[in-house]
Formats: sequence, C-alpha cells, structure tokens
Amino acid sequence: MVSLLDIIGPVMVGPSSSHTAGACRIGLLVRGLVGGTPEKARIELHGSFARTGEGHGTDKALAGGLLGFRPDDERLRDALDIMEREGLDYQFEKTTISDDAHPNTCRLTVERAGQIATVIGSSLGAGRIRLSEIDGYPVELTGTLPTIVLVAADQKGSVARIAGILAEQSVNLATMRLSRIERGGDAFMTIECDEPPGDSARAAIEHLDWVKWVRTLDKVGG
Amino acid sequence: MYKSLADAIRDAEASGRTLSATALALESKDQGRTVEDIRGALRRALEVMRGAVERGLEGDLRSASGLVGGDALLVARSSAGPMSNTLFSDVLARALAVQEVNAAMGVIVAAPTAGGAGVLPAVLTGLARNRGIGDEAVIDALATAGLIGAVVAERASLSGAEGGCQAETGAAAGMAAGAATEMLGGTPTQVGHAVSLTMQGTLGLVCDPLGGLVELPCVFRNATGSALALAGIEMALAGITFAIPVDEVIDVMGEIGRNMDVRYRETAGGGLAATPTGRRLAKERLVQIRTAPR
Repeated sequence: MVSLLDIIGPVMVGPSSSHTAGACRIGLLVRGLVGGTPEKARIELHGSFARTGEGHGTDKALAGGLLGFRPDDERLRDALDIMEREGLDYQFEKTTISDDAHPNTCRLTVERAGQIATVIGSSLGAGRIRLSEIDGYPVELTGTLPTIVLVAADQKGSVARIAGILAEQSVNLATMRLSRIERGGDAFMTIECDEPPGDSARAAIEHLDWVKWVRTLDKVGG
Repeated sequence: MYKSLADAIRDAEASGRTLSATALALESKDQGRTVEDIRGALRRALEVMRGAVERGLEGDLRSASGLVGGDALLVARSSAGPMSNTLFSDVLARALAVQEVNAAMGVIVAAPTAGGAGVLPAVLTGLARNRGIGDEAVIDALATAGLIGAVVAERASLSGAEGGCQAETGAAAGMAAGAATEMLGGTPTQVGHAVSLTMQGTLGLVCDPLGGLVELPCVFRNATGSALALAGIEMALAGITFAIPVDEVIDVMGEIGRNMDVRYRETAGGGLAATPTGRRLAKERLVQIRTAPR
C-alpha cells in the first residue's frame, strides 16, 4: 500500500534515493549487526554502485551509515573525512558479486570488537533496501521493522521456543524466517517485529544455551 | 491510498470536500495515524523544501562533478529575459536551487524522487509567496500532490530506471500542477485536468543523465518541468478540459515507460548522455571525482 508520506519524502541528503539514501540505510543496518561503529570495513561495490557510486556519494553514504548517520544527516557529506579522523579503516573496492545481482548491490565485511559480519545488500529504489545474505546465510531484511537476528544450533522446537518468549514479552511478530546452509548445521533466524523487542526479550533469547549470538536491529526506514 | 484519481475526484465532489481533505482522511485510515500527525510530517517536509530553496539561491554550491551549480542565482538576478522578475522566473530559480542542493549532497525532500525534487517546492512555494498563501494551504496542497504521486506509483511508475524522466520530473510536474490548482481554488475536477494537461506534455521524456549522475540534464529538467506545470495550472483554471481521462493519461505514461529502450532509462546509454560531448564530459568528470582530494 502506497502512503502519502512515501511520496512526499523521505527527507534526505541528495543526490539519489537509491545511491545515497538507500546506501546509507544498508550501512545503518550492517552497523546494527555488530552492535556499533565497525573499526574495520571492506566495502565492495557492484554494478551501478561501482560505476556511478562516487558521483552519487554512495561511498560516503555507506560509510556514514556505518558511523550511525541517518539518510537526512548532513554529516554524510563529510563521512569519509570523519571516518579518517576517527581512525577507522574502511576500504572501498569495485567487484562483480554475481551476474544476476541487483545493479545497486554491495558486499560489506565489517569488524567490531572481534566480531566479524559479511553482508550482501541491495538498494532497490526510492530508498528501499534489502539485505540478502549475512555470513553466507540467505536472509531477507528490509529494515522497515525492528528486527531480531540470531544464530542457533539447529534443533527441534527452536522456532516455537523463541516465538513463545516474544509472546510473553508482548512483542507481536510480523515475519519470521529460518535458513541454514546444511542439515544439522547452525540456523540463521530473522524475526521482524511490530514493536522494538526490548532488552529483556533479547536477554531471554540470549539465555537459551543453543543460541550462539543474537542482535536486535532498529528500523532504518519505511 | 487511492489507485484512481477519478475515484478520488468523485469522492471529493460527492462529499463537497477538497481532494487534500479526501486524501488525508483515507491516509489516516490506511496508516492508523491522525490527520494532524500526517500534516505534521508534511509541515516538516515543507520546512525542508523552503530550506533547500534558500540554500540553493545562495549560489555557492557545486556538484561532485562540478557540472552544475550557481545557475539558480543567475536566473534570480537576471533582468534580461522576457519573464525576468515574474512568478515564472522565480519558480524556475527555485526549481534549479533545490536540484543544485541535491546535486551537492544537501538535504532535500524526495518528492516524488530526489531527481525530481525541485518541481513541487518550486511551484508551491513560488505561488504561495506570489499570492500570499499561508502554510496551512500549502501543506494541504502537499497532501494533494502525495495523492497524485501515489496514483502514479500504483498505475505507472515514479522511477527513471523504469519509466524514463516522464516518470520523475513528468510525474513531479503533474503532482505540482494538481496541487497548485487546488491551492488556487480549483475544483477537484479541475485538479484532474491540470494533471492531464501537464503530463500530456511530458509523455515520452527520456532519462539520460551524463555519466548516470543526477546532475545534467536533471537540474534543468526540474526547471522546464516546473514551467510545464505552470502551463497546466493556467489552462485548467481557465476552464480547459482534457478529453482523455487523467487515469488513462497516467496509464499510458506507464506503458510508454515499459516500452522505452533501456538506453533511455537512467543507464547513460542514450540521449544527452550518449552525445559526443556528453560522453566526453562524463569521462573527464568521473575521473576528476575519483582523483579529487576529499
């Protein structure tokens, strides 16, 4: 359903909703995955992001998102200088991720406090985004709702258990998606919620001994 | 939101309300937000639009490639043209100003997109200043513009990559014309004709930016798009009716976009981007961006 405010908005730093605002949102979501500003990042740009990214400030927008700036934050323009000043090591490269990847796609490998995450994200137009892969697991994250992501040992009843915890905490689920690379291997779960899940829900999930790590991501758009 | 402007116009006429009131009521129901809350978000959009107009008219901004910037001020200061120092030249200057801010990574409202962000603020704030129209009426006009844009998004497209520039500055011009027609006292039916009379003049417009950047001709397309919107407003308020219904005009814009060669849809493979000078400038300036000290 199209909303009036999707049309008269977003308020954003130019010049391109896909190459600038969308790129910033990808950076913001990836920052959430490692729980704050990454110290190191390898940012690989594909397709139109690689071809016209510099002219559209895609590099600045991605770095700005990793720094925690939102799409309407004028500091995006100076994000590369700020990154250098803060001693952060972000490297940009051009690449081909795959022939059928969306033209505005990037792969980010980020590191913070010993945690590493590798993410593939695309900017779909009008500032909408989709993360399609996290650490090799296929996902589908849009950043339009508060989201819980976790890695758990593959075991029976895990989905029901987590849904039960969220129900106890009065968190309403919008979508839930489970993916694994191999049978019996770790499972990657993404749970989009109608309201922010809160620290106690997160702590209860983290407390499960078969949950290896969990992150809650704020919504970044929509 | 409505998927047909004819439906929205019928509802508005039947209830004796404006299109903006009709759209705000439906948006409130769809999104579970109060009308006041939605108008608050539109008020913030209007503030950002005004800020971008003012910032651009300072004249010192340059885009990443250096190809655009400073032209809004040239128009604002000129007395050489046949329309200098009129509403018309003021609207052109405002459209250029917002797009110069956009190209220089300043803050704008993507309405409907960043590439077409100059038209709506130019036409609405230019007319509001010229006619002494207060902010509440301009905020209502933004709601009408949002309604028109939502119908275009639903029936056709608002993306240059999908539908060419007719879907960006063309749609923006239709939105601005309809919104301003209501703001100046036109009936819902006249708003529909203003959209048609404006968009008929943008059908087939290609998206051909040099180097794929939102700079050239985008900045100037916002100015000429604003001029077309003023023409549509003038004709609709004079009582001209356009024989093809507005939803059909929007549908055919979508159809033309789908049939448009990919070279003319934001890929820099055709149009001005592919002229000998377009190619040369894009190459030189992109190299310059890459090697420029930050």
